[in-house]
Amino acid sequence: MTNQTGPQMNKKNPITDIVAASLGKRHRKELRFKLLGRLAVALGFLLVLVLIADITFKALPAFHQHWVKLEISYQQDWLSIEGSNRELLDGANYRKALKRSLYQMFPQVKARKDKRKLFKIISSNAEFTIKDYLLASPNYLGQKTAVWVRFDDDVDTYLKDVETPGEANARVDQKSAQWVKALADKELIEKRFNVSFFTNGDSREPELAGVKGALTGTILTMLVTLALSFPLGVAAALYLEEFAPRNRWTDIIEVNINNLAAVPSIIFGLLGLAVIINMFGLPRSAPLVGGIVLTLMTLPTIIIASRASIKAVPPSIREAAMGIGASKMQTTFSHVLPMAMPGIMTGTIIGLAQALGETAPLLMIGMVAFIVDVPTSISDASTVLPVQIFLWADSPERAFLAKTSAAILVLLGFLLVMNTTAALLRKKFEK
Amino acid sequence: MNSSTLIFVILLLALFSYWFAIQRAIKIAGGITKVKHLTSLPKQFGLLTAFWCGIPSLIILLVWGIFESSVIDSFLISSLAGPVDNLSSDQLSLYLNDIKVMAEQPIMQISNDPEQQSLSQAVNYLVTLQSNAAWLKSALILLISVTSVSYILSRFTPEYQSRVKMEGIVGGVLWACSGIALLTTVGIILSVLFESIQFFSAVPPWEFLFGTEWSPQIAMRSDQVAGSGAFGAVPLFVGTLLITAIAMFLAVPVGLMIAIYLSQYASAKLRGIAKPMLEILAGVPTVVYGFFAALTVAPLIRDFGGWLGLSVASESALAAGLVMGIMIIPFVSSLSDDAISAVPDSLKEGSLGLGATPSETIKKVLLPAAIPGIVGAILLALSRAIGETMIVVMAAGMAANLTANPLESVTTVTVQIVTLLTGDQEFDSPKTLAAFALGLMLFVTTLILNIIALKVVRKYREQYD
Repeated sequence: MTNQTGPQMNKKNPITDIVAASLGKRHRKELRFKLLGRLAVALGFLLVLVLIADITFKALPAFHQHWVKLEISYQQDWLSIEGSNRELLDGANYRKALKRSLYQMFPQVKARKDKRKLFKIISSNAEFTIKDYLLASPNYLGQKTAVWVRFDDDVDTYLKDVETPGEANARVDQKSAQWVKALADKELIEKRFNVSFFTNGDSREPELAGVKGALTGTILTMLVTLALSFPLGVAAALYLEEFAPRNRWTDIIEVNINNLAAVPSIIFGLLGLAVIINMFGLPRSAPLVGGIVLTLMTLPTIIIASRASIKAVPPSIREAAMGIGASKMQTTFSHVLPMAMPGIMTGTIIGLAQALGETAPLLMIGMVAFIVDVPTSISDASTVLPVQIFLWADSPERAFLAKTSAAILVLLGFLLVMNTTAALLRKKFEK
Repeated sequence: MNSSTLIFVILLLALFSYWFAIQRAIKIAGGITKVKHLTSLPKQFGLLTAFWCGIPSLIILLVWGIFESSVIDSFLISSLAGPVDNLSSDQLSLYLNDIKVMAEQPIMQISNDPEQQSLSQAVNYLVTLQSNAAWLKSALILLISVTSVSYILSRFTPEYQSRVKMEGIVGGVLWACSGIALLTTVGIILSVLFESIQFFSAVPPWEFLFGTEWSPQIAMRSDQVAGSGAFGAVPLFVGTLLITAIAMFLAVPVGLMIAIYLSQYASAKLRGIAKPMLEILAGVPTVVYGFFAALTVAPLIRDFGGWLGLSVASESALAAGLVMGIMIIPFVSSLSDDAISAVPDSLKEGSLGLGATPSETIKKVLLPAAIPGIVGAILLALSRAIGETMIVVMAAGMAANLTANPLESVTTVTVQIVTLLTGDQEFDSPKTLAAFALGLMLFVTTLILNIIALKVVRKYREQYD
């Protein structure tokens, strides 16, 4: 038997022949399949890269802003006041003073139309900037002094786009471009870090709009969500995992939780609108309602994660505790729960990260309103970061494009921090 | 006292009664050294009392909050009897709203106009009602918590089974919490169903389900020409299906190949970086995808189409569909990864041992064995794509075109829900109600998909476990 294998191998065998002949083709197929897999993974990486790079590049301009140094003369007749007490200064006509000072810097501009155009290159907020400046140091009244003010968003975008100002583009015409060039030649223009993006609320003027309002709204909404979803989710998970009898009721709840986890988020918005706002009469646009809606949405996630974590606590712990006389409740709360806590917290953070990026249900409950003020309580009208992104993305001004991307970066930053915390927690307690 | 102070006061009271009950329990036992003669720990007496203090009053507060505004409204309406008798329900609610707005304002101008006078009377009445209600609420709640605490304190004896009672309450609370998920589902069904029934009484269901024209703008005045209000939802369904199909065309092959490659070929190192990559894709908020679709992908496709000589709408279905596909890739890949990994190794090893190449093993053994799990994954991904909102709101159009051309602009069910419900309008016009009817369609569709998917996945898991 053994001797015969050698010669047989050399002899022509139709089956091995067929196999050998097809082998090259099969290996090529194998390679092609593997290549396809590599391509798919590479596509995944490419998409992440393109997405992040695209948004980052679009966001960069939003972190800087161009300011211009204007020679402002605080003449009393320009301010339309007589006297110098605080009340008068508060109500003075700074717009007029600003206009006159600006025209004085460009004596060659004569026509009314041109003057109006000239005034438009600086931000509409500049009059308040020079007002604040004077109120801070009232002894400049009647004096001439240099004050830094913001450019209008069109000019600001223009300065970010072009190397050297002078040529017209789509939003800045030839004349304005020449004026900006004149200012640049006199070195009166400065590029600064855009602090107001983080300290201002929303605004119709892109150069003034900031994320503070939306950020505060997000934090308030998340606090409500956390305060409601964590205890509720943990309690539900404890009941289902430790106490629930195996019966129909428990089955229904279980199936229901799994289904709820896959219900589209916008449906939760409909629920919030119909029940929480119209039936219970809670205020529209408030972080309180947003938090409740997001709680209902994230509860399934938290319950599922918490149950998995509770299930992972070894039965020996429970048996040991019960063996020395602890009641079921004491076992659960003093032994099982503390051991399951890291997993529960990971699940909660992931659930909250989901809620943080959610937009659609909040549109339904009216958190899309244009709100300038920074909210101070959970029943104030407010908006949240993702909704702010949605609103800005809809704005026609080009400067809002950069703002939107920058707001996205802020949001992604938050998500990154939350998800990293969750990952670290998981890693630390996995051992 | 408003509700938040009241809650704070209740919590303080509960804390105090916790402490007080502990002292009481020690006293009943006859001093700190004799505590061991009690049937329960003093702490358990304390917790029981704190629950008795807090739970009833919080429940009353909740119930009060739910019914307060409607009760006040009915009082107000009955006081108005004269001037509002001949108003329709819309006008009545408008009138009530006027009164409420005026009640918020501190200063009131009183003119001699009789209508104005009756209004200001109503406002005064409302203000008194509201302040009375606030007083009544605070008094009732404080009374209830004090009564229940003194009741439970009076029953304390050394043999009192505090622990059993306290644990019974905790068990009840846990049970109630687990019911919230069920309550949410019931709430969703009821809210969507009620508004939908109202809608279907105005627009016949067959017109909604099979009509091919969608223009929900209804004339504000009767003499207006524009917009008679057509509620045929077929264009929306077709638009949703079109965008979903494009998304699935991208997500299913790519997601599946990623899952196969990562689970069968990739080194541990590559898996170590590819998994976080997928998590990033999965974790990016949909509004960010929407922005990416509307401002990067859509112009790119339009320019590319223009370069090829095709006319592409600036809000083409293709852009929204592709980006939605990107969003769904990690979903498909992680679920299919689970399905593939669940196939027993013996099947794979048997196939490899017979001389099949890895790709042949995957195609002829692993995938057929994992197919139920993969189908489940695809169904779940499908339901997510149908329900996705922000990408289509930002990147798909508003116009309800009935077309299967991916280069044209279409609208979807979710887009229309958002458009119909954002902004101010009366709540019971067919226009807003239509949003709920669409919501019902969406809910039912995704629910059916989810139930099938979960059933398929579960059945399949049992097969190999």
